[in-house]
Formats: sequence, structure tokens, C-alpha cells
Amino acid sequence: MATFFGEILSVHSRAVEEDEEDENEEDEDILEELDQKRLACRYSDNGLAGASMMSPKLSLSKSASVDALFAGGLMWPRCPVWAIPHWAPVDPSCTVQHMEVHLEWYPSSNLMQCTNLIIAVGSNAASFLSVYVLTSESWEAVGHASLCNAGNQNICGQTSTEPACVFYRNKDIPAVIICKISGYIEEDQQFQWTEKVFGCFQQNGLSVTVLSDSPVAEYKNVDFASSSSTPFLLCLQTNSSTINPPCPLLEQPNIFTGIPAAVLSHCQVNQIPTVAYQCYSDAISPDSVTMETYKLAFTSVGDIKSFLRRFLRRPYVRFINVFLSR
Amino acid sequence: MFIPVEATPPSFKDFTLILPAIAVGNVAQLAVDLIVSTLCMRRVGFLHTDCLVPMVGPSPYATSAKTAGELHTTAEDAEKKLAVLQIRSPIIHSRSRKFRKVLVSWIKASGFAQTVVLSSSHAYQRDDQQLKGTPLRYLVTPAMQKTSGTALTELGWMEMEKVSAFPGLVDTNAEPRLSVPGGGITKGLFTDSCQEELCLAVVLVFCSEGDNVPDAFTLVNHLNDWLLLVDNDKRGPQKWKVPSSWTLLFGNSHPPSIF
Repeated sequence: MATFFGEILSVHSRAVEEDEEDENEEDEDILEELDQKRLACRYSDNGLAGASMMSPKLSLSKSASVDALFAGGLMWPRCPVWAIPHWAPVDPSCTVQHMEVHLEWYPSSNLMQCTNLIIAVGSNAASFLSVYVLTSESWEAVGHASLCNAGNQNICGQTSTEPACVFYRNKDIPAVIICKISGYIEEDQQFQWTEKVFGCFQQNGLSVTVLSDSPVAEYKNVDFASSSSTPFLLCLQTNSSTINPPCPLLEQPNIFTGIPAAVLSHCQVNQIPTVAYQCYSDAISPDSVTMETYKLAFTSVGDIKSFLRRFLRRPYVRFINVFLSR
Repeated sequence: MFIPVEATPPSFKDFTLILPAIAVGNVAQLAVDLIVSTLCMRRVGFLHTDCLVPMVGPSPYATSAKTAGELHTTAEDAEKKLAVLQIRSPIIHSRSRKFRKVLVSWIKASGFAQTVVLSSSHAYQRDDQQLKGTPLRYLVTPAMQKTSGTALTELGWMEMEKVSAFPGLVDTNAEPRLSVPGGGITKGLFTDSCQEELCLAVVLVFCSEGDNVPDAFTLVNHLNDWLLLVDNDKRGPQKWKVPSSWTLLFGNSHPPSIF
């Protein structure tokens, strides 16, 4: 398809071409063979073991042609080896096709005590927790999730010391666990991530808060352009949630996608009280004004309200500056 | 996996199921929205599966501020005289076969009397014979042919033509084949249903990407001629209730401040 300016674009259709199915079968066979070859390579060549073991985790392309590079003996992943989080578990069963989500809990994580799970997705939401909450010494990391996908390769390159998703617990109040997601989770990993994470927690008595962000350009409203001011917070809650949200509810035709949607779906069908907040912002990188918006969400987190307010009184301005200057 | 909203799961025994195929222009989903909205169907459950891209939103059929905060997820069922499955997000490509299996096994287990798949296909890929007459076509499985084949023929509906394997070439050995370009899982689901001896019909419309609301009305009116979902005396789009989620289908209006 040619655009007005003469560029040639491939036409994208939401429908899957029926003929692709047959090709897909073939692709699957090829990928399976490549995986087997790759596994054989790992164990036969000890010198390259580190790189070769990581390569399938980092070469998550659906295209067989890219993967063929690895099978042909070129073991260097698209992301440099030094950028791989050092604690990423090396699991021979993790293949390119399966795009597994691996959860690892540290000793003494004791997740059964958790009654409040706070999940932050997106750069502003994750930065808000980093700046406003996790700067206190009373938080300790209790686990992390390792994700292999194409989107995380860039993130690997930027933050070599931090995995895509980390769980923190407050030493004084073990009932609260924070999950900070700063990496990218593929569409076909989101359901699996949610099932695995929630499978580790006791469902009875659990309440969940999700903080997420979205570009304001995706917000649809009849009179948005004239009346709204960014950033602003909107929320959506499951039927079992009884709290009175401190911000307006998301209205039609806006939707939640990604991890917030996967979490809300899971909690809706499992009757776990959950509120998801989405901050619409026009800033493309984390900024303090957008982060401030999330404070509103923390005024309704049930019995931990006073506890969170204690943290939120400290703005950590200096830290914000350091953080933003990176 | 079907998860009922209430403690007692609904019985779908001998019900008619209508479901959309995620296809070109999302015509089928729009048509299903019209059916659910017009018949004021209530939600009875979710199809919770890893085969669909996660998505949630407020009630798509909200008529007042009170119901606007209700949560709706990827797929849902509503029940009255018939059951309708709405699918609100794309199928993850690598799991489309699994999704078809999930659907077929659920349809069999629930005991639906018949299943109607609404779908669409690329208008630009029609061959000469498909260009003739109405853009609406149907397909029925052998099991469905026995029960409803005559009714559809009497309505004057046109069956989806098979296309030659090598257009333009005369090859006596190549058999014409069924092709639904842009139809998503339509062909796969139809083929699976034939093998599983399900009572299934596909009703589809040829269309192009763009404003597909008129196509949705065409499709749902066509379906109504057969299933008589609403009173056929009313003419035109007035008999169908457009849901609130159809607002701003093409984004926000222009910001006045730019002038």
C-alpha cells in the first residue's frame, strides 16, 4: 500500500491469513529442530556454554531466519552477554518457542502472609514506586521474574543490573508485596505471567492494586481536548472490589491492555478485589509531575493506607533529580 | 475455559450459539455487539484463555452511569433465547489452532443445538463468480445441512463458492478449494467442525477495511432473515440498538485550540 507521500507500507490486517497456518506448522517443525540442535551445541561446547545457553532466551524472534543464525554456529546473541542480568536462571528447557516466564523466589520470601499486592507497570508507575516508596531501607527484594522476549533485549542493554520484574516486601509489614515491572512482557506471556504470579499467593484475603501508565494520545473522550489536563488518573475495578475509588472510573470506549488487563481478567474470574489505575500522561519519559499523580491511588489501599501515607510524605526530591538525570 | 458469573453454571443445552470470527474489518464483532445490545442480553460467563490478547474495559453496553463501571474482559456469553459469545481482542497467532480446539470442545460439551459463526472476507480477493450478486455468503457443515440446509436454500442464500487452486490455469486434477482470505479462524473452525460433526454454519460478508459499521448492519440483517432475532417489520438500522462502546470509533474529534 502506498501512502499519500509515496511510502510503501505493508498492509496490516487484524485477521490472520488462512494460508499462514500451514506455513506456521512448517515453522514450528523447523524451530523445534533448531532448538534441539541448539541444545546439543550447549552441551558439546563448554567454552561457549555461557553464551550459548543465553542465546535462546534472547533471540526470541518468531522468524525462523533469525534463529537459523544461532543454529548455524553463531552463538552471539543480539544483546551482548554482559547485558544479561547475572541472576537470570539458565534453564535448558527454556526454548525460543515457549517464551517461558520464570519466577524465582529468594529464601524466606514467605508469600503466604501477603494480603496486599501492588503491581506497577510502565516507566512512570515503576519510577513512582522507586522514588516514593522503595527508597526506604525497610524494603527487601524477595524474588524476580525472568522473561525471555525480543522486547527485553533493549531493556537488557539499558539496565544491565536489574531484571524486568522484581518483587519487594516490607520488612515491618510483610503483608505488603510490591511488584515492579520495568521490562517488557510480550502479549503471549502476559496471561502466563499472571497465572504464575498469582499461583504463588494465597487467593483468600488478597487484594490487588495495579498502577500503570499510558500515552494521553490513546485516551478517547468527546470533550477531552478542551476540558482535560494531563496527567490524570482513571481506574477500573473488579466486581468483588468494594472500595470507593479516589479517581473517576475509566469510561467507554477506553480500555486497559497488557499486564493491567491480564491481572484484572484473572482477578475478575477468581473474585479477587482489584483496582487498576492508569495514568494518562503526555511525557514520553518518567517525570515527577506524572509520578505525583499516583499518590492519589495510594489513598485508597484499604488497611495499609496509613502505612503508605507514611512513605509518601517523603518526596525524596534529591533522588528524583538523580533518577531523571540518567 | 468457560467461567460462569454465577455459582450455578448456565445450561446451554439445545441453544443456538452465535460467535464472531476475528476477521477483516471486525464486521462480525460489530454485528455481535448489535445483537447483544438490542436483545439486552446479560453476561453469564467468561471464556478465560491464554489464546486471546488480554484486554478489559468498562461495560460496552452501558446505558447509564451506574453500569458504566462494570468490568468486561475479552470474551463473554449472554443468554436469552440464544447464547452469544463476544470476542473482544485478537487471537494470539501461534495459539489460533489451540483456540479453535478450545471452542470446538466447549461447543460440544455445552450441547449447543447449532452454532453460527459470523465472519468476513477480503472483498478484493473475490474471483469472477464471487463478484456476482450479493456480497453475503454462507457455509454449512454436513450435520447442519441436514437440519437447516433447506431453510437456507429457500431463503435464496448463496453458498460460498470454492475457488480453483490455480486461477487462470485449466488443470483437471486440481480440485477447487475453500478459501476465506482475511477470515481468521473461519476456515479452520469450519473444517474442524466438519470433522467433529458439529452443527455449524458460517455467515460471512465480503468487505474491505475502513468504516465497517454498514457491513455489520448488512450482516446482522441478513442473519435476522434466518434466525428472526428481532421483529423484521422495522426497517433499516432503527431496529438495532447501537452500543455505547461504538462512540469515537475513529478517535477523538479535533482539538479546537488548533485554530
